[in-house]
Amino acid sequence: MKKALSLILALAMVLALAACGSKSGETETTPAPDNTPAVEADSLTFKLGGTGPLTGGAAIYGTAVKNAAELAVEEINAMSGVHFELNFQDDAHDAEKAVNAYNTLKDWGMQISLGSVTSKPAEATSAENYADRIFALTPSASSVATTAGKDNVFQMCFTDPNQGSASAQYIADKGLATKVAVIWKNDDVYSKGIYDTFMAAAPGLGLEIVSDTTFADGSDTDFSVQVADAQSKGAELVFLPMYYTPASLIFAQAKATGYAPTWFGVDGMDGILTLEGFDTALAEGVILLTPFNADSDDARTQAFVEKYQEKYGEIPNQFAADAYDCVYAYKQALEAAGCTADMSNEELNDAMIAQFTSMTFDGLTGAGMTWGTDGAVSKSPKGMIIQNGAYVGLD
Amino acid sequence: MKTMKLSKTSRKNFLTYALVILAFVILQALAAAGTLSSMLRGLLVPICAYVVMAVSLNLTVGVLGELSLGHAGFMSVGAFMGVTTAISLQNAIPSAELRLVCALLVGAVFAGIVGFLVGIPVLRLNGDYLAIVTLAFGEIIKSIFNNLYLGLDSHGFHLSLLDNKLHMEDGGRLIIGGPMGIGGIQKIANFATGFALIMVCLIIIFNLVGSRAGRAIMAIRDNRIAAESVGIPITKYKMMAFVTSAAMAGAAGALFALNFSTIVANKFDFNTSILVLVFVVLGGLGNMLGSIVAAAALTILPEALRQFADYRMLVYAIVLILVMLIRNNPTIRSFLERFRLSRKGGAA
Repeated sequence: MKKALSLILALAMVLALAACGSKSGETETTPAPDNTPAVEADSLTFKLGGTGPLTGGAAIYGTAVKNAAELAVEEINAMSGVHFELNFQDDAHDAEKAVNAYNTLKDWGMQISLGSVTSKPAEATSAENYADRIFALTPSASSVATTAGKDNVFQMCFTDPNQGSASAQYIADKGLATKVAVIWKNDDVYSKGIYDTFMAAAPGLGLEIVSDTTFADGSDTDFSVQVADAQSKGAELVFLPMYYTPASLIFAQAKATGYAPTWFGVDGMDGILTLEGFDTALAEGVILLTPFNADSDDARTQAFVEKYQEKYGEIPNQFAADAYDCVYAYKQALEAAGCTADMSNEELNDAMIAQFTSMTFDGLTGAGMTWGTDGAVSKSPKGMIIQNGAYVGLD
Repeated sequence: MKTMKLSKTSRKNFLTYALVILAFVILQALAAAGTLSSMLRGLLVPICAYVVMAVSLNLTVGVLGELSLGHAGFMSVGAFMGVTTAISLQNAIPSAELRLVCALLVGAVFAGIVGFLVGIPVLRLNGDYLAIVTLAFGEIIKSIFNNLYLGLDSHGFHLSLLDNKLHMEDGGRLIIGGPMGIGGIQKIANFATGFALIMVCLIIIFNLVGSRAGRAIMAIRDNRIAAESVGIPITKYKMMAFVTSAAMAGAAGALFALNFSTIVANKFDFNTSILVLVFVVLGGLGNMLGSIVAAAALTILPEALRQFADYRMLVYAIVLILVMLIRNNPTIRSFLERFRLSRKGGAA
């Protein structure tokens, strides 16, 4: 009986293989609207693919990117010029599944790619992008390894280390402080990457690091030692390269000891105001460096936030804004290079590399963005200050 | 009718070999003809790795009769050690194929050693207790790799735990980076080697099961007290099966890791152990061919279901439940039984 069953199962497998072989996953596509002339739609509609976590613990990031990219594609398809067909696949924040999703997109005929949303999967898929010569512009995979050694993988977000030097630069330029304390998490890649470059840049900019204390997973509830150290050494500004949960505790404990320096955070601080059970009065006066501010007065940002909120019922975060920018950057690059959809992936890839390393792009997350040949973006981060429980632009 | 002289098990074993070879030849031919989709081509090596995982776990669960929930831990050891070997030998051995074989061997040896060490305390337990302890060991191995830093420079290897204190000279390469795992791996795994690994594992398992040692192992499974009473050294045979199974999982891990450009310890968590256990249970305890088919089918299934978009994992779960139900349905079982009997009657 086992043999017969095995035979049937084996047969089923062969059939499944054969069936998969001829099928291409055509899901979640946003086709060009019907009212555009057919000829134009055919020759200028590009197949844009991307992977990100739509399920699992990191789903909030993938969903934000997918939603914003859909929104941008809808807007662009309603205009004349290039059009996009978007196919966004779930990778559950797993490198193996991301490569599977990438291969599915390849079968679908992806011509240009949004890479992957999160860093580790992006590292895996960008190696495939590089091998297959399919250009990738990732909205949010911030690790250096994503772009290292790959000439056709570009980032829309800052790399983790860049934030450190940009923060030091910003503090020095605005004359916020000269005596600086740093509290950082020494078992976290994000925190360490920012800390390293901040420390490298600070001495040259006239910043004196008076206190340098750490914490780790498991010891992230009591910060009295770190706060007392910063206070006793007379630090005017405390730099916090970390996510917002430990930062919220630091604010509370500093307030209890009557210490009120200038607090300075990076993009991980974005979201502290919506943290459940957090008294926003504690974050009053906190400065953070982030490329996107949903409360900005900028007309394009306001239009984007309004549309996003109407369509998906929530305020877009930085990931969404980066994804929105990616699609528009593609539109600008493709139009400037005069690309047509019948070009091969290699031709498109070369044209995009030439465009991205030479063009300047204005988006929601920064004006006058340029890219280096290493794929890293250069844009000026926006300083935000928290006033009356809301983010307000400093500049 | 010469084949009738062979025992039932031998015929079954040769059928398994034949089907695996046939599947390999068909897939290679399809790949060569270019008719295989990118999705499937990308899945070939992971399928090989999962098949080896499934047959090796089947040795512990089906043949030895002990439930192990930490099989992904051995895969993890093999993956990290195998990739470290491949990276270290990058300059010494120019041939990618040879490096791959070295990586698989080193992965298997290290996983076997870890299997032995884990086996000393674990195999004193039975049943549910053993299952829970293997689960804990799987988590410990994951934790260790999440906190391990390993670098290589001209002075040799540098190792540190918890924190990156390697003090390497310039030009040194950080191989394992704690929670970042290993990045920038050269993808040297290929389908042919994966197929060869499956064949080697099948030969080892079939010969072990058919040998005197294999009969002792199965005697322990069927009745431990009776086996002990006739003088079978329980721990020795349990250890033999357990270490063999761990070493194969190590080779599978090395093959798997060398197919991706990056690998993290969290990939080999409890979920992966359970996934492999699902392959084994679905394929049938002790049934190697069943494990192979189940591993291949269940690796392809979630990818083939991408057209269901948001409902993909729901459909996957439903399919899994249905297959399990059908597989254990008495009516279908008896139907298959009749089918087999009638065919046998016809042949005779």
